[in-house]
Amino acid sequence: MCGIVGLFLKDKSLEPKLGAMLSEMLVSLSDRGPDSAGIAIYGAPSSNEAKITIQSAKPARDFGNLDTELAKAIGAPVTIAVKSTHAVVRTTPAKIDEAREAIQALRPDIRIMGAGDVVEIYKEVGLPEAVVDRFDVRKMTGTHGIGHTRMATESAVTTMGAHPFSTGADQCLVHNGSLSNHNNVRRELVREGMKFETENDTEVAAAYLSSQMAHGKNLGEALEGTLSDLDGFFTFVVGTKNGFGVVRDPIACKPAVMAETDQYVAFGSEYRALTKLPGIDNARVWEPEPATVYFWEH
Amino acid sequence: MPATSKATRESHARVFDLDVSSLRELNQALHNLAPGSNETAWEVLHPKGSHSVAVGVDQPVSIDVRGSVGYYCGGMNSGSAITVHGSAGPGVGENMMSGSITVKGDASQYAGATGKGGLLVIEGNASSRCGISMKGIDIVVHGNIGHMSAFMAQSGNLVVLGDAGDALGDSIYEARLFVRGKVDSLGADCIAKEMRPEHLELLQGLLDRAGITGVKPSEFKRYGSARTLYNFNIDNADAY
Repeated sequence: MCGIVGLFLKDKSLEPKLGAMLSEMLVSLSDRGPDSAGIAIYGAPSSNEAKITIQSAKPARDFGNLDTELAKAIGAPVTIAVKSTHAVVRTTPAKIDEAREAIQALRPDIRIMGAGDVVEIYKEVGLPEAVVDRFDVRKMTGTHGIGHTRMATESAVTTMGAHPFSTGADQCLVHNGSLSNHNNVRRELVREGMKFETENDTEVAAAYLSSQMAHGKNLGEALEGTLSDLDGFFTFVVGTKNGFGVVRDPIACKPAVMAETDQYVAFGSEYRALTKLPGIDNARVWEPEPATVYFWEH
Repeated sequence: MPATSKATRESHARVFDLDVSSLRELNQALHNLAPGSNETAWEVLHPKGSHSVAVGVDQPVSIDVRGSVGYYCGGMNSGSAITVHGSAGPGVGENMMSGSITVKGDASQYAGATGKGGLLVIEGNASSRCGISMKGIDIVVHGNIGHMSAFMAQSGNLVVLGDAGDALGDSIYEARLFVRGKVDSLGADCIAKEMRPEHLELLQGLLDRAGITGVKPSEFKRYGSARTLYNFNIDNADAY
């Protein structure tokens, strides 16, 4: 089943409430998926630092002294903000790829959740309420975000099998459905040089979009490609550094509702997820059409 | 709302506020209704997309739901008259037996699925699979319907004042489909059929029951089964 949500703010005055609004939306869909939950938040951009979100099953051991060791390894200042099993590593944007490699060399058990100029990704096994509490998501500010609560079908219930999946800088994706040609598509993407962390079908969809955008397509064009190149059931909600997109497969079994006002564009697997948004009673509420790409950019 | 009208409403209608009461309490109270009960008017406040609002009601009461509902509103309805003053999620009126459901907004996928009787009116649009496997229900949609509507529809009538999406009436049996606008494509074994006087009369009756005026039966086209897939014939294997 799974539940997915997305929120793209147009009104800057709502940005301090992004984490609270998105958390509320995700928690309202808890009974669509009890296995794991995750959220990606796009925060304010900063010209002198980029971020890597990392995760460890043993945070005390892996995160301890990592900032000093990493700074030494890459020769640039590093800060680490630990939140439970996750931590956000900040360093200069030019050093971000080097930092990523150094983290994996220094601490082989650390998993990279995602990286980019603005995105932070938090995901764990458990109900949405527990996950948003654990990472204090309600206090987070930002311009847009996406979230997922999972009922697993295609791969194991683990932290790495939770959504969102991120396979490119500031790119991430949540998925309701299941893909049937993911092994083939994964093989093709591996040949292109894409790296995969899991056997999960959704990671393939995320990597497919990253690959398309790396080839120069914009978010809308990349989403259009999923309709011909991915086989299976899907409703995707996607975030990029400044954009937010939605696409459903042509059969459109997986539910989707959208709402738009002057203040925001919101997505929910069900209307329940949208009921507490400001001005929802007067919002334009609609069901996105099958095989139709919707996207917004700041 | 003027005080007098509120007082009138409260004296007649039993009000359930789902911000205060649970959905289980509402549905249990509806199921506890005995034949001939005086509690014939019900009002449901703040449904907020709840699932299964007023499912399985089997008494001829009226139920006004003030807001949008989630999955399966009015499922298995038997005799009650439900009005959703908002939009409905997937499966509104699924397996309805009799009575009526009116949705003032839009309906999501498989509205009226497998319905055996009664009248389902969608005043907005219905999305995909509207009337899938319908077995005698009458469905009237003021707007458009999505793809794969009336898939394997067995009996009953589907009336669409707007347009229909792809694969209308795929593998249809004996349901009658009346569409006023364009049809993107017809499904396997579904064909346009002649509108004979008895169909015009039937359609006028359906429009009347749905309270629709200013629309003439002659503006619609009728679609139904070509009946070539009823018995397996090897020449039709590709159509299954």
